[in-house]
Amino acid sequence: MSPREPEKRGKYTTVSIPVTLYNRIKELIKDTGFTSVSQYVTYVLREVVAAHEEARYEEPFSEEDKKKIIEKLKRLGYI
Amino acid sequence: MVSRPHGGKLVNRVARGKRLEHLRAEAQELPRIDISYERYIDILDIAHGAFSPLEGFLLQEDYLYVLDDMRLSNDLPWTIPIVLDVDPEEISGVKDGDDIALYHKGEPVAVMRVEEIYGWDKKKHAQSVYKTLDTGHPGVKKTFEMKELLVGGTIDLIKDLEHPLMHRILWPAETRILFREKGWKKIVAFQTRNVPHRGHEYVQKAALTFTDGILIHPLIGWKKPGDYKDEVIFAAYEALIKHYYPENVTVLAGLVMNMRYAGPREAVHHAIVRKNFGCTHFIIGRDHAGVGDYYGPYEAWEIFDEFPDLGIVPLFIREAFYCKKCGGMVNEKICPHPEEYRIRISGTKLRKMIREGKMPPEYMMRPEVARVVLSFKDPFVH
Repeated sequence: MSPREPEKRGKYTTVSIPVTLYNRIKELIKDTGFTSVSQYVTYVLREVVAAHEEARYEEPFSEEDKKKIIEKLKRLGYI
Repeated sequence: MVSRPHGGKLVNRVARGKRLEHLRAEAQELPRIDISYERYIDILDIAHGAFSPLEGFLLQEDYLYVLDDMRLSNDLPWTIPIVLDVDPEEISGVKDGDDIALYHKGEPVAVMRVEEIYGWDKKKHAQSVYKTLDTGHPGVKKTFEMKELLVGGTIDLIKDLEHPLMHRILWPAETRILFREKGWKKIVAFQTRNVPHRGHEYVQKAALTFTDGILIHPLIGWKKPGDYKDEVIFAAYEALIKHYYPENVTVLAGLVMNMRYAGPREAVHHAIVRKNFGCTHFIIGRDHAGVGDYYGPYEAWEIFDEFPDLGIVPLFIREAFYCKKCGGMVNEKICPHPEEYRIRISGTKLRKMIREGKMPPEYMMRPEVARVVLSFKDPFVH
């Protein structure tokens, strides 16, 4: 029951990108807060992935749930 | 458009109908763990979706990821570990896969499926979350007082909150529907544990100029002595909204959540929670969720650079002050005048005036608000 060592958790994996792109990014991140190409790529991918996930969402409320909540909101004076 | 819940699914672990009856009966037969009011509040936040995507207390892998990387093991941003601590004796005989009943004030409030029991390093926890081991920090002090083991697993709420301000508490499903009904697409949230002064009003109105509505979201939960009582905050905001805000741009609702005073990490946590309430923007104070001088002046802003995938826009609005030359509330970005013209609004000074029963000057607090606050015999938490 002792905490596991973080380095045993296998946090990173390798993804291939073209060398030309790698060099372009390396040039781009000079004198920025990014300390490596991997750090930059992770940042950009997280931004892109989150935007794609955002576009897929629809509220799961049934009409009945909605009706009940709207009644409550009216009762409390919010609507 | 109302924000997507964090992780894509609004969690609902509030047992209802036959399932509620069944779980309540089952709880009587299960091993019992007594929990504090603070843990009960965490359970309410999980069950009602404020902490989506969490469906229970963290398992060890998620817990370690949160400490080390400020993310869950599925890569979602998550900065505050939500954990349940227990003594080895009270959990003895319970194994992974068992159900336990969580009791608060002698009543079962939730049933938990135990998925993992694990040890933890309090020093590592305190250093990672609070960035200090100083027990003068309220969060660190609480961490060292916690029990020796952590239990992870999903929960089902079987007893909802009873609170004198229940009519002022909304949960994420409710605000999400409310914002739609109001036709708001851009919604900014403002977190507070204070009565509003002119600086707060300035910041809120600055954010309102480019959003459709504001969720003014006072915290209801554990607070430190010297903070304003919940009912005082609500009454003060009601007065401010009535006299100084246009119709249909504000929602004032309480958020039942613990303050941890974890500064930058908690600023991100507060943003995630507001995303679950459907907000698209969140105002971050310069020393958001800070206490004492444990965090640097802009740390609560800088941490957001690490989260391009948060899904809610942080608004860094500079602290407002009154400028005698400008003749109004301004901030350092828009006021060219030197310090001698500037009057800064100090929360400490305001509290002192209120404690002494003195009316604060109008450039600090609206008179309608001040009168309401002063009408309370004892407006502070002890």
